[in-house]
Amino acid sequence: MNGSHWKATMAAPKACKAPKEQKYDRQLRLWGDHGQEALENAHVCLINATATGTEILKNLVLPGIGAFTIVDGHTVSGEDAGNNFFLSHNGIGKNRAQAATELLQELNSDVSGNFVEECPEKLLDNDPEFFHRFTIVIGVQLPESTCLRLGSVLWSASVPFLVCKTYGLIGYMRLVVQEHTVIESHPDNALEDLRLDQPFDEFKNHVNSYDLDSMDKKDHSHTPWIILVAQYLDKWLSEHNCQPPKNYKEKEAFRQIIREGIMKNENGTPEDEENFEEAIKNVNTALNQTKIPRTVEDLFNSEQCNNITAQTSSFWVMLRAVKEFVHSEGNGNLPVRGTIPDMIADSQKFINLQNVYREKAMQDAAAVSNYVESLLQSVGKSPESISEMDIKLFCKNASFLRVVRCRSLAEEYNVDSVNKDEITSCMDSPDSEMVFYLMFRAVDRFYQQHSRYPGVYNYQVEEDISSLKLCVNSLLQEYSLNVNIKDDYIHEFCRYGAAEPHTVSAFLGGSAAQEAIKIISHQFVPFSNTFIYNAMSQTSATFQL
Amino acid sequence: MADAEEPEKKRRRIEDLTEKMAVDGGHRDAACDWDGRWNHVRKFLERPGPFTHPDFEPSTESLQFLLETCKILVIGAGGLGCELLKNLALSGFRLIHVVDMDTIDVSNLNRQFLFRPKDVGRPKAEIAADFINSRVPGCKVVPHYKKIQDFDDSFYRQFHIIVCGLDSIIARRWMNGMLISLLSYEDGVLDPSSIIPLIDGGTEGFKGNARVILPGMTACIDCTLELYPPQINFPMCTIASMPRLPEHCVEYARILQWPKEKPFGETSLDGDNPEHIQWVFDRSQERAAEFNITGVTYRLTQGVVKRIIPAVASTNAVIAAACATEVFKIATSAYIPLNNYLVFNDVDGLYTYTFEAERKENCTACSQVPQDLQFPPSAKLQEILEYLTENASLQMKSPAITTTLEGKNKTLYLQSIKSIEERTRPNLCKTLKELGLSDGQEIAVADVTTPQTVLFKLNFTA
Repeated sequence: MNGSHWKATMAAPKACKAPKEQKYDRQLRLWGDHGQEALENAHVCLINATATGTEILKNLVLPGIGAFTIVDGHTVSGEDAGNNFFLSHNGIGKNRAQAATELLQELNSDVSGNFVEECPEKLLDNDPEFFHRFTIVIGVQLPESTCLRLGSVLWSASVPFLVCKTYGLIGYMRLVVQEHTVIESHPDNALEDLRLDQPFDEFKNHVNSYDLDSMDKKDHSHTPWIILVAQYLDKWLSEHNCQPPKNYKEKEAFRQIIREGIMKNENGTPEDEENFEEAIKNVNTALNQTKIPRTVEDLFNSEQCNNITAQTSSFWVMLRAVKEFVHSEGNGNLPVRGTIPDMIADSQKFINLQNVYREKAMQDAAAVSNYVESLLQSVGKSPESISEMDIKLFCKNASFLRVVRCRSLAEEYNVDSVNKDEITSCMDSPDSEMVFYLMFRAVDRFYQQHSRYPGVYNYQVEEDISSLKLCVNSLLQEYSLNVNIKDDYIHEFCRYGAAEPHTVSAFLGGSAAQEAIKIISHQFVPFSNTFIYNAMSQTSATFQL
Repeated sequence: MADAEEPEKKRRRIEDLTEKMAVDGGHRDAACDWDGRWNHVRKFLERPGPFTHPDFEPSTESLQFLLETCKILVIGAGGLGCELLKNLALSGFRLIHVVDMDTIDVSNLNRQFLFRPKDVGRPKAEIAADFINSRVPGCKVVPHYKKIQDFDDSFYRQFHIIVCGLDSIIARRWMNGMLISLLSYEDGVLDPSSIIPLIDGGTEGFKGNARVILPGMTACIDCTLELYPPQINFPMCTIASMPRLPEHCVEYARILQWPKEKPFGETSLDGDNPEHIQWVFDRSQERAAEFNITGVTYRLTQGVVKRIIPAVASTNAVIAAACATEVFKIATSAYIPLNNYLVFNDVDGLYTYTFEAERKENCTACSQVPQDLQFPPSAKLQEILEYLTENASLQMKSPAITTTLEGKNKTLYLQSIKSIEERTRPNLCKTLKELGLSDGQEIAVADVTTPQTVLFKLNFTA
């Protein structure tokens, strides 16, 4: 390193990145510093350090959760050490929670690892409130009874619960959370919020400041397509009784009008004006109606939005404020998002246009802020309890808000509330993954009756087929499910012998960890509520049960 | 997923097996295997089942095959590579080679879990191999701190299956081309023993894909090149005179200011050098201020300069798991392999889509159909060059164009060697006729995207 250069940059070490920022750089670009902060404040509980469990935890430790606690009463077996990267054969005979904690902790020194050498059933007996401290509890390879007991405790305490199981070549996840709000859902293909059909005053004034006919070629070719469409639309509306182009024929005619607006040279041939081509290309989306998405309308109509109390979370307070904005200053619309896509334009025209949207967005957010303040005051809370930054973020994402609600395990398992329709309609399709859900339930039943899983030892495979079939039939009967499960699946599940092959565990490990990160960070949308992965066909499905 | 045999036959087979096995727990083969070690794997190798591959035969020898004979090559020891090595090792594979030309960077540590802060700067392949070999007793991963192009066909031929965890389309295509070049045909019929299956995985943020390629039989990388759209660069006029986004400001500093001002002498811009990035960041901020553009941050600057793709552990875990499952299926015939492409996305819930990518009839890599170049004799060589690089099915990077004229090999244009580039550059402005090319002439094109020269046939149009 050249000494003089080094001196020059020494004076401004502003962007010398902290080691954590460097390490987490690739993921910070996905969930931002605030998402990372949420992760670092999280304490995750894993029950059972099987291969599936440690794979899930690995994918949470690496990105830097604050802490984990493994609850496991088992000792490490030879089998365990064979399929689990975080159990060495030296640990055979040791408590599995302890053995796994050592090798998982070693992955990331930022994370604090703990273990409890106890089976979850004991904790549920003696100290169920033990589980209240966690941000999320992940239960792996749990027998049905434990699952239901734990589910009930966590439901009452509003602690999210993620149930995971790898059984042979099938993976299963069930998310149990009463209400999970998401402001930053980061949708893949979001429509722009341009308001061309309902232009606000500042936008109208800005559009009118352009006199296309008197512009020179340079300005003409570098006028943003949004301005072009807005002006031509204005003209169209005045000539068509305020009706915008509606069908294909009209939109084609509209496109043609824009095309005719392309500047022509002395010979009458149209010049090369990319901004006009952009305008023509974007006519379809530009004419989209500005409206409140159905998902958001449903949220406006929900109980939590209309009944604000001192206990109401900031999500619902802000939503209510937005609703009130919609019904007054908003004129039936959400706050303006304030972003525009890049487009052919010179810097000044683009920035000026962008600022028109940005300023409107700020204005709308300020109006929403006033409603937030009065709502907070009306329930005796300080207006500072929801920050300006949070309100701005909320307004920017107003179209993308999502709330995920999962039914409790009790509801899923209760004969009176079982989702028969979902199960039977899926079973109508021959290849549906639903059959594996039913097999999981049958296998759980088998375990309850025989205190073991079917087909673990070779000699058991054949004789267990008929016993498992009895479990399948009693399950279907108990829930009055008029479906047929082919014998092949019953044979296959005996063949699996409760094996937990590493690659299937690893697939579930990645899947479950990301869902947990979504729950912890409140970014991106979690699945709801049952996920099945079939490694034989490399297919998957999500059901709501 | 057809039944391999009738239920009665199957039952007799299970009985046979149980008789031979006094204790369920497996043999103690190698000194490092302990009781029950491979139990989870055995169930899929030693028991018949209703959904197994038609060729599947339950046997205790399959495990031995995995442990002692089956040779797997893993390309890449990064986000996918680390996961692949772990997955294969815990599925019974022991003879594994891994190739990676990179060294460890601190930004790898959030997902490449075989590396620790103390390993920064060391070769990925070597550290990864060491870690796996010490954590999974008996596993013998052999590292190669090299580029894939450093090896020839004799190296690749030794493997039963090759699985890729690459971050470059060029490298994928090269690997694809290499395996296609290993295929042997007798009287136009493909010899199946010359096929080396290629499992390819790719990830980007929360999206990923995994595919199974049987070279010469199923869709190859080039058959589906349109699935990898070319990287979009900002137009120069935007960067040079009308920036609108913070990214435009960064590109201005990188592409225009750096070569002009040479802030660190003749050194080219190194995205991993914090001083270089700081310089670009400062210049970008100045440019942004000039045009009233907000949003230039250090993170954005580095992202643009290095073309950073966001990455997390979870997506890599999922895709590598799917790939390793396929390696296992193919190596053991346990199940019918994926046919042939899996797409994964967990931005909103978890979404997977499985489909059969189709072979392209005239694929430049695997179809053996001579490629047509349709141009009028008055076309300039430049037009052919542009076609080779811009055509969506070809997407070559810097093709070297040669032909045979008057019995002698003649280089028409070659970019990668300065002296030859200078000498052949005038040819770009010459017409095909002027260059002496005739209708039906064979043109050979070499490029980084393929280990073998691609032959084209010149077809004069009116």
